[in-house]
Amino acid sequence: MNGLHLDGIELRLRGSLLARLSLRVAPGEVVSVMAASGSGKSSLLSALIGALPPGFALSGQLWLNGRNLTALPTAARRIGLMFQEDVLFDHLSVGGNLAFGLPPGGNRAARRAEVDAALAEAGLAGFADRDPATLSGGQRARVALLRTLLARPEALLLDEPFAGLDTGLRAQIRDFTFGHSRARGLPVILVTHDPEDARATGGPVLDLFGNPVVLP
Amino acid sequence: MTRAAVPPGIGWHLVPGLTLAVLVLPVLGGLAASFAPGFGPQGFARIMDWPGLAGAVRLSLVTGIGSTLIALGLAALILAMLVDRPVFGLLRRLLSPLLAVPHAAAALGLAFLIAPSGWIARALSPWATGWQVPPDLLILNDPFGLALMLGLVAKELPFLLLMGLAALPACDAPRRLTVAAALGHGRLAGFAHAVWPPLYARLRLPVLAVLAYAMTTVEMAAILGPSLPPTLSLQVALWMSDPGLRALPAAAAGAALQFALVLGAMALWLLAERAARGLRHGWLWRGSRGRGLDGAARWLATVAGFGLAALLIWSLAGLALWSLAGLWPFPAALPDQISLHLWHSTAPALGQSLGLTLLIALVATGAALVLVLGCLEAETRHGQRPFIPIETLVYLPLLVPQIAMLPGLQMLALGAGFQGHWPAVAAAHLVFVLPYVFLSLAPAWRGMDRRLPLIAASLGASPARILWRLRLPLLVAPILTAVALGLAVSVGQYLPTLLIGGGRVGTLTTEAVALASGGNRRLIGAWGLAQLALPAFGFALALGLPRLIFRNRRALRTGGQG
Repeated sequence: MNGLHLDGIELRLRGSLLARLSLRVAPGEVVSVMAASGSGKSSLLSALIGALPPGFALSGQLWLNGRNLTALPTAARRIGLMFQEDVLFDHLSVGGNLAFGLPPGGNRAARRAEVDAALAEAGLAGFADRDPATLSGGQRARVALLRTLLARPEALLLDEPFAGLDTGLRAQIRDFTFGHSRARGLPVILVTHDPEDARATGGPVLDLFGNPVVLP
Repeated sequence: MTRAAVPPGIGWHLVPGLTLAVLVLPVLGGLAASFAPGFGPQGFARIMDWPGLAGAVRLSLVTGIGSTLIALGLAALILAMLVDRPVFGLLRRLLSPLLAVPHAAAALGLAFLIAPSGWIARALSPWATGWQVPPDLLILNDPFGLALMLGLVAKELPFLLLMGLAALPACDAPRRLTVAAALGHGRLAGFAHAVWPPLYARLRLPVLAVLAYAMTTVEMAAILGPSLPPTLSLQVALWMSDPGLRALPAAAAGAALQFALVLGAMALWLLAERAARGLRHGWLWRGSRGRGLDGAARWLATVAGFGLAALLIWSLAGLALWSLAGLWPFPAALPDQISLHLWHSTAPALGQSLGLTLLIALVATGAALVLVLGCLEAETRHGQRPFIPIETLVYLPLLVPQIAMLPGLQMLALGAGFQGHWPAVAAAHLVFVLPYVFLSLAPAWRGMDRRLPLIAASLGASPARILWRLRLPLLVAPILTAVALGLAVSVGQYLPTLLIGGGRVGTLTTEAVALASGGNRRLIGAWGLAQLALPAFGFALALGLPRLIFRNRRALRTGGQG
């Protein structure tokens, strides 16, 4: 059973229902969940990743490639998460940020080579020793995605990761992200309040209760 | 109404300079005057001849660096593993009030608890230990300084933990920890790589202040530390109090040596930081996720946090119980009777000392508050900031050991004829109270919504009116918290009171420490408890008054931190 499967997932905040979703996201597919700001869509992603904020309660089952994730801690789920901000660690170099994502295994030289190769592939060759603070917004966004992908996640959750970028850059980073997720066959859930982002995925668009959303 | 007549606040310009002088001049003048007598023929020669020198130096280094490392490690572990857990609220409520406990009172309570005839031994005897009389064990005042280190760790952990908590929001901790976990890292590894580096950068000065204090504390070393030899700073204090002043050159040389030791330890600490950074980078590039460490780390954080809190609270309860104890023969777990006899007999002396302690604390804290508010108002009105930011400079009196600068200040005070009078003691306290008042108040002042004064100004309010009618009333809660902290710091001062007071200004702290060597536990208990009472009362007022004043203004009832 491949892909990400939300089986009767319900999210409540102090008793009131915020979301009820049952859906399957196939490998390489992107499902968008559209909702207004403050409706609980970020909390839904936090819940799916296993970092439920205080006051929230989650019921239902979450499956990923046949594994039941429901009771697993965040670190064992293998779900990548991208926020609207890149959350790069400013005290580490670009390479250090990427090494932070890289799973254990291999010697130091091999790991460094893997980091360099990932950077080169993303058009950032030679950036490993750079200070993240010297990067442009688009470069930072790419580094943040590379960090997530280097951890070899089996699914991606995107919390409006394109909202902070200006229009030209936005399409470019969107293509970069979805290109990588399709190439790796990752099921992706994107939450957004922007119809443009949802349309660009080419996948189904739902609200927090699983109803199809008609894009304007 | 004409507002043009209001002068443009000439006085405010002077306050930052004055504050700077209060922070810097006593430290530099004190250091210079302290060391001067040591460079005669007798100074260094005499301490080199002292057979205890090597032991005293080793004790100062080991207890100081060791206790700082342990306290910092435990604070980091608690911040990493427990902050978002339900138990943390309880731990915080237990540890926060302990911050206000004077070092001497904590040390006295701990001594009562762990001594061979202390409460722990009594609670376990004779059923578990078989002891019918107190055992002949060197648990207290042990030659390795372990009891001293325990006291230092228990007392410094709450301080480092609260400083860390205050700095945590600026480090984006919750989101960084989520990102780290999503990338597969354990909690401890995620905290170490993603949160600790920026957090530690904000903790460095408080940590170095703790290191300086731990290496040079006199009152805790006198109560908990070994005696043959004592720690170097305790020996310097003993030389200082030699009645004929014959040991003055030795004291001066010892103070200079102690100062050099602290500087050396700080240099070593900064080198160790670099080494630790290297180790962390190695760990990062090796890629181990450390998920197996989390269980043990969480267990250790919980046990150490609650254990140390319980130890301190039990210690303070011991002070109270001893002050009320009638007959309490050795293996009994509790006294045979409870009596107020001691409180009756010591009340007059206690009351007098309490009044003097409060007077000094109020004067020192009041002066500190005026200077701090003046600095902040000058900054707000004129954008005036000194060359070195005050938030860095306030650490100067905390980084330079008291034992190094106070002997010099004592001689200067003696020369000027101030020594032995309470205003001189209050002035000395001001130097050490000012930093805490500033650190406590500045975030709340600077965190105030900038639009409020702007709106007031656009309504025609003068700067003075904005200060008195808007800013100060809005900041009542943080101001009271800062005052309570200032009072607690002043009440806890031992060495400045002893040296600048010339032994003639008997505050609760100097009297309690002086009683410690006498061994009358009922008396020590009463004085130790009185030492606690003042800070406790101050913080109770700081919590209670805003609730009373703002009973109809929900947003203003708390807000100690901006």
